[in-house]
Order: sequence, then structure tokens, then C-alpha cells
Amino acid sequence: MHKLYTFLKYTFITLWTVFIVAPFLWAISTSFKDFQSVNSKVTYIPWLDFEPTLEGWRVLVKSPARGGVDIVEPYFNSIFVTCTASLISIILGTLAAYALSRFTFKAGFVRNNDITFFFISQRIMPPIVLSIPFFIFLSTIGLLDSLFGLVVVYIVLLMPIAVWIMVDFFNRVPKELDETALIDGCNPYQAFYKVVLPNSIPGLIVAGMFCIIFGWIDFFFAFILTFTEVQLLPVKVVALNSSITPWWSLSASALISVAPLIIVAFVVERYLSKGNLSGALK
Amino acid sequence: MNFKHKFVFLFPGLFVLIGILIFPIIFTIRLSLSGWNSYTPEMNFIGITNYIRLFTDDPRFWESFFRLSFLSVTTVILQYVIGFALALMVWREIKFKRFFRVIFLIPMMTTPVIMTVIWRTFFHESLGPVNDLLGNIGIKPILWLSDPVIAKFTVIIVEVWQWTPFMFLLLLAGLLSLPKEPFLAAAIDGASPFRKFVYVTFPLMAPISIGAIIIRLIEASKIMDTVFVLTSGGPGTATETSSFYIYIKGLREFQMGYAATLSFTYLVIMIISLTIIAKVLTKLMIKE
Repeated sequence: MHKLYTFLKYTFITLWTVFIVAPFLWAISTSFKDFQSVNSKVTYIPWLDFEPTLEGWRVLVKSPARGGVDIVEPYFNSIFVTCTASLISIILGTLAAYALSRFTFKAGFVRNNDITFFFISQRIMPPIVLSIPFFIFLSTIGLLDSLFGLVVVYIVLLMPIAVWIMVDFFNRVPKELDETALIDGCNPYQAFYKVVLPNSIPGLIVAGMFCIIFGWIDFFFAFILTFTEVQLLPVKVVALNSSITPWWSLSASALISVAPLIIVAFVVERYLSKGNLSGALK
Repeated sequence: MNFKHKFVFLFPGLFVLIGILIFPIIFTIRLSLSGWNSYTPEMNFIGITNYIRLFTDDPRFWESFFRLSFLSVTTVILQYVIGFALALMVWREIKFKRFFRVIFLIPMMTTPVIMTVIWRTFFHESLGPVNDLLGNIGIKPILWLSDPVIAKFTVIIVEVWQWTPFMFLLLLAGLLSLPKEPFLAAAIDGASPFRKFVYVTFPLMAPISIGAIIIRLIEASKIMDTVFVLTSGGPGTATETSSFYIYIKGLREFQMGYAATLSFTYLVIMIISLTIIAKVLTKLMIKE
């Protein structure tokens, strides 16, 4: 009975791992192919099935004029928008989360939980519902197709995540911590800045990771609200898809776009295994 | 602790969020009462004409909504079952525990549209590896993307791949935070692993499960990127979801007024149905 269970367990884990890794392996293999080895028949292993070439990777850094893809600029745009929006969301979200965790708010029938719910409920909003008014709004004030316009929209996407994670985290930081600081003569701001914040670094990192993930993976807003001046990475890669399917450069650019966040997986796992995530995610 | 300072902490975030959102919401409601389209791009007032059209003369929207419900409920159930199973498996000591944990997390870190581009080549009906490998064991090519029924399942496969890790993460974080005592008690009573799961683990995990399911349902209801790249709603309208239909009406056909009507109705339906689902799940899973 026990042996059977162990056997099934490892079978399931192995199958799932294969399922997860399969598209990556396929993309890695495809990125080294040329026209012949993509279009004649399905090939898998370099040297054995086909002669590998670096063409797919080379076009990534060529300028469009010479038939390249040029994903360098979209790459930096994506990094800039994601990091700026994450940073603003974390700062504002952490402040709000601290207030919601430590103080009591009352306004009519509105209580702390309702305010927290208001923040988090913004995730319910489908991107399409926001993108039509934003499209008209940003074009009116001339911010369509600009980095600033995207950062504003991404704050709406990311702040709910920051508040969600930080409220739970602060609820687990003992209240005595700030109370002691207050008795020692700190004002509430100093207590927050000098005592609570340094003790909340794991929570801040987890919240930051989640903001970066959800900012980096967004496609729809970037797709609707930018055209030519500013291009983000996902939009650029998907644009490749519509042309005559150069699968090799498509795979290479896809791999290079998802690569940085794979590191995030290691960081998240680290905090998960140390037990820091359990309070932060509930 | 009660200070006037508390507002200093809360208000920046609250007002930035309200400030960014208030305009789009009011604007959407106003727009939904107008006939803004590519011929008359102006904010005229046509009353509830758009709403009448939606409720009497637009089966395509309702079909897309039921399709969305089917897709999101199916994917979330699959993600919950698989995610919970995976979390249980790497919860306690196994070989290469941390390696598997990282592997299981990776898909959620990847951009859905970009991975979907890869999946599109993966499921390509003549040049993709899936049909080729199936062909090797004598199975006829499957029309992954061009058969109306199978295309739905292709979308489900991709969604399960992409988002099971999120469910896994939430559930594993929950498992790791459980108190030890109930498990010790169960071990002393000599409970079998199965009974331990049914009577100890599952009830303790119920609140976390509900949270995770609701969060995933919220995210799954926005399913759009995958469909957009994988099938573009096709073949025909076989994989068209509400968001995608609103996108077609609004930003392809430029019927902004009508698209706003769809958006607002859709948002109201979503909020109501998610509230009901949350209530029902709480009733079902937490027995007093």
C-alpha cells in the first residue's frame, strides 16, 4: 500500500515536470533551427535531427532595417514600466496596508475590512473594461503611446496585490513592536520607518516579487495603449507571431523574455521554504 | 492606538487608486448610454437603447459569457485538484524537494502571451511536436486549434499549465503554516494517510482553499491573453470569451458605446456571481 502510494507519487511528479518543461525544451530546440528544419518535418534534437544555426538569436540584436527584430529597446521599456509601477505600488500599498492593519477606520458602515476589500476587489476589473476609457482618456491628454500612461495603468493592476500581501503580513507582526517604539519616544512615523519596516523585509520582498511578476506578464494594456513610440516586450514578441512565422527568432525572443523572471521562482521558493510566505499569502 | 496620523498612511494609496479608477468607471457608465461608434464618435445620449440591444438582440455575448464560465470553472477546478496534489507531495520530505518546488513554480513566472506563442507552435497541426509524437504511436493528427470542441480543451491545457503554479504556491504556503498538534494527535490515534487528509488536513486547509479558489476564479475570469494568441476566439466563435467579444466590439469595430454597455453589464455580473460563489464555497467547505 505504502509502496504503491510512493510509486504513484513519483510517477505523477515526473509526468507533471515533463509537462512543465516540454514547451521550454521545444522552444530551445526551435530557436536553433532554420527554415528547412522547421518546415520540412518535425525535428527535435540538434546535430542529430538538424544542423543548428544561431540565426534565430542573431536577429534579436540586429536593427529592423537589416531584417532584425530589435528587442533591446522593448526590453528596457518593460523593465522600466514594471519596476516603476511596482515601486510606486509597494510604497503606497505598504503605507495603506499598515494603516489598515494597525488603526481602526469608521465611516458610516465602512470598516477596515471593507476598505481592504475595496483595494483587493480592483483585481476583479477585467482589463478590457478599463482599457476602453483609458484609451479615450489618455488620447485626450496626449499620453497614449507613452511610458507614463502605462505606469499609471499598471499601478491599478499592482497596488491591490501589494495591499493584499502586506495587510496579512503586518497582521502577523506583533503590535507590541510599534507600541514599545512609541513608549520609547518615537512618533508614529518613526515607529513605522525605524522599527516596523525593517522587520517586514520578507513581506516586502514577497509583495515586490508578486508586483514584478504581474507587471511583467501583462500584455493587454500594453497592447491597447501603445503603438509605435513605446513597445513593451510581450507586444513585440506577439507581433512576430502574426508575420510569416519565423519560429526560430520567435522562440529565441520568447526564451529571452521569460528568462529574467525564472530567477524570481528561485527567490519565491527560498522564502516559501523558510516559512516566510505562509503569513504573507493567505 | 488611534492617531489622526492614520489617514496620512491610508490616504495616499486610497486616493491614487480612486483617482485613477473613478474616471474610467463614470466614463464607462456614461459611454454606455451613448451611440459612440466610428461614424458618430461623439458623446450623444441615446438612453438605454444599448442595454435593450444587449438583453434582447445579442446571443453572441451571452454565449461568450457561458463559454467563459465553462472555461474558468473547469480550469480552476483542475488547477485546484492538481495544485493541491502537488503541494501535498512536496510538503513533507521527499527527494529533491526544493528542486521540484522551483520547477512547479516556474510557469506562473512566464508571460502568458509569450508562452502561448510557443504553445501555438507546439500544437501546430502539421509542424508541431504533439501531433508528430502521436503520429509515431499511430494516432491520427488531432485538430488542436481548428476543431471547435478540441480548441476549448487546448485553451484549458494551456491555462492549467500557466496557472496551476499559483494555486500550488498559495496551497503550499498554507500547508506550511498549519499547526503541528492536530497531525501529532492523528498520528497517535494511528489514522491512515487517507483519513488524516479527510479529517485533519482538508478541514484545516478549507479557509485557505476558499481564498485560493476565489483569487484564481477572479484571475481566470479575465482569461484573454491565451485565447487572443492561441485561437483569436476561433474557429468561428468557439473559444471567444466575454473580454474578447468586448474587445472586438470596442476596439476592432469601434462601437465604443455598445462596448461600454457590455463592459458595465459584464462587470456587474462578475461582482454578483463572485460574491455568490464565495458565499456558497464558504458554506460548503467550512462545516461549523
